[in-house]
Formats: sequence, structure tokens, C-alpha cells
Amino acid sequence: MNEATRNIWTITKRELGGYFNSPVAYVFIVIFLLLNGFFTFMLGNFFERGEANLNAFFVWHPWLYLFLVPAAGMRLWAEERRIGTLELLLTMPITAWQAILGKFLSCWVFLALALFLTFPVVATVAYLGSPDIGAILSGYFGSLLLAGAYLAITVATSAMTRNQVISFILSVVICFFLILAGWEPVTNLLVRWAPQWLVETVASFSVMPHFTGFQRGVVDIRDTLFFVSVMIFSLFSTSVILRGLRGA
Amino acid sequence: MIKVENLVKEFGTKKAVNRVSFTVQKGEILGFLGPNGAGKSTTMRMITGFIPPTEGRVTVGGHDISENPVEAKRLIGYLPESAPCYSDMSVHGFLNFTAELRGINGTKREEAVRRVVGLCSLESVLHQSVDTLSKGFRHRTCLAQSLIHDPEVLILDEPTDGLDPNQKHEVRQLLKRLGQNKAIVFSTHILEEVDACCTRAIIIDHGEVRANGTPAELRAQHDLAGSVTLQVHGTPAETVKSRLGGLMLAQKATASLVDGVVHARVYPRNRAMNGELAKAIAEVTTKEGWQFDELHTEDGRLDEVFRGITRPDTLASKTE
Ligand SMILES: Nc1ncnc2c1ncn2[C@@H]1O[C@H](COP(=O)(O)OP(=O)(O)OP(=O)(O)O)[C@@H](O)[C@H]1O
Ligand SMILES: [Mg+2]
Repeated sequence: MNEATRNIWTITKRELGGYFNSPVAYVFIVIFLLLNGFFTFMLGNFFERGEANLNAFFVWHPWLYLFLVPAAGMRLWAEERRIGTLELLLTMPITAWQAILGKFLSCWVFLALALFLTFPVVATVAYLGSPDIGAILSGYFGSLLLAGAYLAITVATSAMTRNQVISFILSVVICFFLILAGWEPVTNLLVRWAPQWLVETVASFSVMPHFTGFQRGVVDIRDTLFFVSVMIFSLFSTSVILRGLRGA
Repeated sequence: MIKVENLVKEFGTKKAVNRVSFTVQKGEILGFLGPNGAGKSTTMRMITGFIPPTEGRVTVGGHDISENPVEAKRLIGYLPESAPCYSDMSVHGFLNFTAELRGINGTKREEAVRRVVGLCSLESVLHQSVDTLSKGFRHRTCLAQSLIHDPEVLILDEPTDGLDPNQKHEVRQLLKRLGQNKAIVFSTHILEEVDACCTRAIIIDHGEVRANGTPAELRAQHDLAGSVTLQVHGTPAETVKSRLGGLMLAQKATASLVDGVVHARVYPRNRAMNGELAKAIAEVTTKEGWQFDELHTEDGRLDEVFRGITRPDTLASKTE
């Protein structure tokens, strides 16, 4: 392990420890699973559909993550700023990038774990029918990317303020925009007065059209790149925000 | 080890630090003094690379903190002003984490943690969570963190703040011991600490260095430093004044009658020779047959020097 990965891992480990040392992590996971169940089985009419796939499960994730991901990530930098440990962390012999990545990864791993715990849903479909395993895997992959994109945005808003609540609201607003820009009811509304190309450009910034492919079992490299770019851009913004903060 | 050149920090239009320069060698303990808001913490934050300077340069062990931050930071142990610690960790976990970030691994890490726990007397709270610690223990935990890699350079922002008198004493002794082969900068509002452990002190005010020297040199800046006071009974003040003022070594003398006792003060021509002055005065009094007591040489008082330098009215008179 070289030094950079070791530093990132050290920070990831600490943050993960931070999650599981407090009851918040368990509460979060329980809420995540309950909401997932509620959306899938109640609103998604999972059983009535009579289909052996997880569309009723994944289709809600953009909305579910809209609140849960900012809630999980809002403390990452805001708390560090509030209690002053930012000064300690950034005077350690590590780069700001290593700290940003470490924090991002810790929360992503945590979300992945929560997502992994939804496997009973998979078991249910497998028991009731013979689902397309490829589609399920690609759905999970897309869901994870989606969570990562929201999380990266939350990491950036978290660095902007020492107040977790403000960080939460900011990231919800930004993620909400990323949903709406390409959500069908909204695009249908836009097409009435805006030129087609504009609607398409706006929609291309949205997570919605990029996420649907994964649900159908299509792992498109462009969709993957979209989510990865959102992550890179947001994490890069975080480093700029952190630098600006200290230069003020 | 530490070289600070023309450091400037502006917050908006306000200059928090203005053209500060100094160097600290290995084996030196530099006391950083100044009133609240003088710019001490800001200067330290720039030395440790937390905030970039508006102008100027800091090098630590030959590494420029802006150009080569990671290498420079490796050499530094830093105690920030508020002594922040991760509140969701135990003392042991926290020290382990900082050791890991410093690249100390395996059995070396256990050893390092054990060493600083001993140095900062943290044995009794080792497995307690940081957010339940008392202020002094939290402060010591953060101090321990700054020592974990046995750094060549120590930057400590008010290391004895919030400690009980015994711990203050312990920390001063610790600094003195560590200072023999490290370069240490620490800020404080307690002037005795300067005498107790600094080899040099800087007084900073409104972001500018106002004085830089050994504690003895600073004390000598006091107007009264080196003057000799005595009280004489049964002799007119005028006689005492003219006789003592006429001494070769004396620059001038003052005398006044208070409650039937003449209080005299003799200022030396040359501060370096104040031992001689006291002797000469003693000779005069025996020759004249004066009854006197409390013959005393002032060595200047650091708090007076501090106030003289940083009081608003002296500042005003200087710029006039
Ligand atoms: N982030 C900031 N933004 C704006 N002004 C700041 C900032 N940090 C410090 N200052 C200002 O810079 C000046 C110097 O502050 P600094 O904290 O360095 O003082 P200090 O000498 O450490 O004081 P104290 O003895 O109270 O600790 C103060 O006037 C302070 O208000
Ligand atoms: Mg300060």
C-alpha cells in the first residue's frame, strides 16, 4: 500500500468507526430498509405487478436517496468545521484530496452496506419467479452510482458550512434539481414552450434518464461516465471550497 | 528550523498579521506574547500550513510550507488554540488515529501512544470517550497528539490554557526538556511562563512584532530596569538626591519624603553596570552615616514591559 492509499484508508476507517460508534448508523439502516420496503411493496404494487424483476424497487431510489444520502453525509465536513478538528486534520501530513476521498469513501461504503441489506427483496423475487440476475446486478450497480453522485454533492455542501442542517437542505435542493431536470412530468411540461434541444440539454444533466438504463439491465458506459463525472466534479468543488475557506 | 519571512495575513481589509519575521533554531523555545487579537494564532496557523499567507514565506526544516506542504507538516507537531479532538473517539482511539496519519505503524505505534500517554499523564482516561473529558484532559489529549511523532518542530497555541497549576508546571518542565533538541514556538498569556521556560520571546501587537529578545533583554527594556531604590531615615530628601545624583555611575536620582522616610531612586548611566551602582550607593550611605533600608536593584518587570509595549496610549505616543 502506498502512502496516499494508506492515508485515505486511515480516514475511511475512522469515519466508518464514527458511524458505527453511534446509534445513528443503525437507525439510518433501519429507516432505509423500512422505506425501501414501503415504497416497493406499498407504492410500487410489487406483488400486483406479477413481474419477476426489481423495477418496483429501483424506481424509487432517486427519491429515497434524495433525503437519506444528504442525511448520511451532511456531517462529514460540517461537523469537522464546527468542532475545529478541521485545523487538526489539514495540518497533518496528508493532502486535502486524501481527506476528501477518505471521507467520501467511508460514507459510500456505509450506503453500500445499507443497500446490500436489501437482499431479502432479491430473495423474494427469486423465490416467486425466475428473475434476470443481470438486470438485478446492473440495477444495484446503478443505484450505487446514484448514491455516490448524491453523496459527492453532499460532501461539497457539507464543506460549505459548519451547520449540518444547512448542508442537508442545500444538498437536497441540488439533488432535487438533478431529478426534476429529467423527470418525465417536468420534461413533458417543458417541451410545450422550450425548444427540443434545450429540453434535452437540461435533461442530460439529470440523473433520471441515466438511471433508467441500469434498471432495465443495460450498463451503458455513458451513463456510468455521467455519474462518475458528477462525483469528480463535486469532489473537486469540495477541494476548492476547503481551500477558499482557509484563504478567506 | 523555522524561518518566517515578512508574513502578512489580511482578512478582508483588516491586517491580522503584518510583516512578521523571525527564525527559531533547534534548541530554542520561543515564547509568543501579545494581547488578545494580536495575531498570534493567525501566525501559527500560517506556519503550520492551515491558512495560506497573503504575503511572505514560511520554511520549516528547509521545506516551504506552501510549495512542499506534506514534507513540512511531517516535521511539525501542532496544538491548535481550541485543542480540538474527535469527540466520537476514545482517547486511545484518537491518539492511535493521529499516529496512523503520521505514518507510525505496528508496534512502533503502540510504543508512541504509550510514550505520549505517559508524558501527558493520560493513563486514567485512556479508554474514556473524548466528549466526556474535562477541559484540561481534552487539552492534554490534544497536546499528546502533537507529540506523538516526536517532531523536530512544535507549534503550541496556549499549551497551558485550562490546566491546573500542577499540570501547568508539568507542561512547562516538559517543554523545557523537549526544547533541548527541538524548535518550539508557544503562545501564552502567562508571563511567568516566559521566564520559566523560554530562551527567547516575541511580543506581537496589532499584527506587528514589537519586541524580540531573551527574557532578560526584554526586561531590560523596562524604563526602571537597573535602577536602585532605597529608603533613608533622618536625612533631608534634597541632600540624598544631590549626593546620590552626583555619583559617577548614576545618570540621575530622585528622592521624595513619604511618611517621614526618604524614598530614593537612582538611575544608572549604564545598565550593564548596575551591580556596581548598588555597591557605590552602599558605600555612600555608610560614609555619610545614613540610616537606610531596602536597598534594591530593579531588574525590570516583564508584565510592565508587556504593558508598556502594548498599551494603546504608548502606541499613540510612539506614532505621534
Ligand atoms: N477567519 C478570520 N476571519 C476574519 N478575521 C479573523 C479570522 N481569524 C482571525 N481574525 C482576526 O485576526 C486578528 C488576530 O486574531 P488571532 O486569533 O491571531 O489573535 P490572537 O493573538 O491569537 O488572540 P488571542 O490571544 O485572543 O488568542 C483578530 O482581530 C481576529 O478577529
Ligand atoms: Mg490565539
